[in-house]
Amino acid sequence: MNCLWCDEAIIPSITWKTIVPLTEPMYLCPACTKELTVLQGGRCRKCSRMSRKDLCVDCERWQSNWSNGRDPLEWNISVFQYNDWMQEVISRWKYRGDYCLGKAFLPEYQRVFRQHFSFLPSNTAIVPIPLSEERLRERGFNQAELLADCLPRQTDQVLKRIHGEKQSKKTRLERLTGKNPFKVTQTVNNPVVLADDIYTTGTTLRHAASVLKQNGCPKIYALTLVRG
Amino acid sequence: MDQAETKEWSRRYAGKRLLRSEILLDDPLFQQLINTSYFTPVPSIVRNYFQTQCQRCGNQKRSLFGSIPCYSCGNVHVYCRKCIDMGRVMTCTPLYEWTGPEMDWPHHSNACTWSGELTEPQRKGADCIVQAIQHREKELLVWAVCGAGKTEMLIPGITEALRHGQRICLATPRADVVQELLPRLQQAFAKLEIQALYGGSRDREATAQFIIATTHQMMRFKHAFDTVIIDEVDAFPYTNDPSLPFAARRAIKPEGTTIYLTATPRQQHQMQIASKKLPHVFVPLRFHGHPLPVPEYRMCYTMKKDLATYRPPKAFLKWYHRRKHPERQLLLFVPSIRLAEGLSEQLSDILHDCVIQAVHASDKGREQKVQQFRNREFDLLVTTTILERGVTFPAVDVAVLAANHTVFDEAALVQIAGRAGRSPNDPEGEVLFFHDGKTEAMGAAVRSIKRMNKRGGFR
Repeated sequence: MNCLWCDEAIIPSITWKTIVPLTEPMYLCPACTKELTVLQGGRCRKCSRMSRKDLCVDCERWQSNWSNGRDPLEWNISVFQYNDWMQEVISRWKYRGDYCLGKAFLPEYQRVFRQHFSFLPSNTAIVPIPLSEERLRERGFNQAELLADCLPRQTDQVLKRIHGEKQSKKTRLERLTGKNPFKVTQTVNNPVVLADDIYTTGTTLRHAASVLKQNGCPKIYALTLVRG
Repeated sequence: MDQAETKEWSRRYAGKRLLRSEILLDDPLFQQLINTSYFTPVPSIVRNYFQTQCQRCGNQKRSLFGSIPCYSCGNVHVYCRKCIDMGRVMTCTPLYEWTGPEMDWPHHSNACTWSGELTEPQRKGADCIVQAIQHREKELLVWAVCGAGKTEMLIPGITEALRHGQRICLATPRADVVQELLPRLQQAFAKLEIQALYGGSRDREATAQFIIATTHQMMRFKHAFDTVIIDEVDAFPYTNDPSLPFAARRAIKPEGTTIYLTATPRQQHQMQIASKKLPHVFVPLRFHGHPLPVPEYRMCYTMKKDLATYRPPKAFLKWYHRRKHPERQLLLFVPSIRLAEGLSEQLSDILHDCVIQAVHASDKGREQKVQQFRNREFDLLVTTTILERGVTFPAVDVAVLAANHTVFDEAALVQIAGRAGRSPNDPEGEVLFFHDGKTEAMGAAVRSIKRMNKRGGFR
């Protein structure tokens, strides 16, 4: 097995655990695994950002500003911290289209789902944040769908996105004041966990959550890979 | 499609192998060009029974292929992960080759505007290059010692190639070297359009007759050049990455000429030279006519212990304080990045009157520091092997700490020794190898320097 990022050969030490063939294969070499920082410890309960306060400044603002204090998103959990290495990996994975690279994150993503979302009923739906038709044709795949498909609940693609400028090309203000690009194609009456790759300002997730809420969805959570 | 248009297209696309997204033509026109077979699609990934090969970078390593469910046709495809930075190549997207009329490059009767003089040994090398180009020989290896003035030697050859209306590519392994060569060659060929291609360069189209590029950029070409000059064939990454020789071989026309430049040929080339399979010319003298400085060994018994705590070894300090020419700057090579940083701190504490900086590959201010060192703004530069080749400082002494480390192979040590004494005003410089046990590579480096000096007529 070679590391998915640096292509160094991975030589696992032999223990009882590695002899059993059921264990997860290693996708990243030890040096690259070190670059991944798993978020833990004191975090904002709403957006998963590292913070000493219980609720970070951004989230306080979300509570007061978004549609009369009714934030459609219950809370978001992120798995990894954003850093320079992560930026490079994400850009090769998403923008260059190195599909396989996403596999490296799946075990940790699944683990965090089990840790934080196992209280949800079994009829909970996983909704990946969609790409617009144009963007999907350009990239060939939707990274959020790859993440959603690995989770142990049913995936429902109930959202549609209208084509617009990339979020990553906009400034913070443009993102916060932008129009809602999502439409619902099918109503959901169960709790929903939104799956996406990055939580930066939280606007995209809130846009998606608000259209779901308007169409009768009781509770909406989010599980994102990276907290930007 | 009129004549002028066709000519413009062939200037832009002849000799290339591109993805659809790299061809900037709109769909109806592109379809028309395919129908008239001006463009021919070729499969981008070929699968045999046992292996898969990417037709752009030649990658065959299994771990560097991935599979992706394709959105547009619903199948699962193989894609190449090695050259993904140049745009994803996968089974359902072909590469397009230009098969329309060939581009007729103009003949320049005398494009050279360089007025400098070549020295006698340089003249000899330059003549061989000119002849190889004239007679369309397949290969020529130019073995010129460090500081022989290889770039100047190329000028008559390039002039000759331009006279015959040839298309030329000068490929070097590193982007900084491309950026350094462009202004020098642009000065030598003032009226000619020269394009520089490297990751992040402004010229993307590669439409010029003369191109300076990193070897990676040659992956987009096929049978494009009559003459390809490959600088530093023995250097990383050309020798480590099989896709680079693959790309270089394909970029040359079948009847074209390849010229290799090196100061330290690898064993494979040495053997080909010895068995007369590879024509070569040896330029034994530096342009200022002085011999290469021969390294001296210095034993340090406590090297391992000292370097573990980033302390400079005693033998080094002793030599440093009794240098014959303390006015020279000092270039100190160390085997690892951590050591470069740790050692430069410790040295600053010990040598108070000396300004010290460290530089390595992951250092963002690297170019600036090198420039400052060149301007004599500080006295001692601690570096890893990144400065082993392609850089010139006027008057330096060179020391290598832990010269017996595995990163210092024969070629690296010869190149490092070649950093000293490059200026005609100070043609000598001391080169010291500090070690705690001589290695084969160190011995071979010293032998080969002595041998080159001998061939240059020095005892």
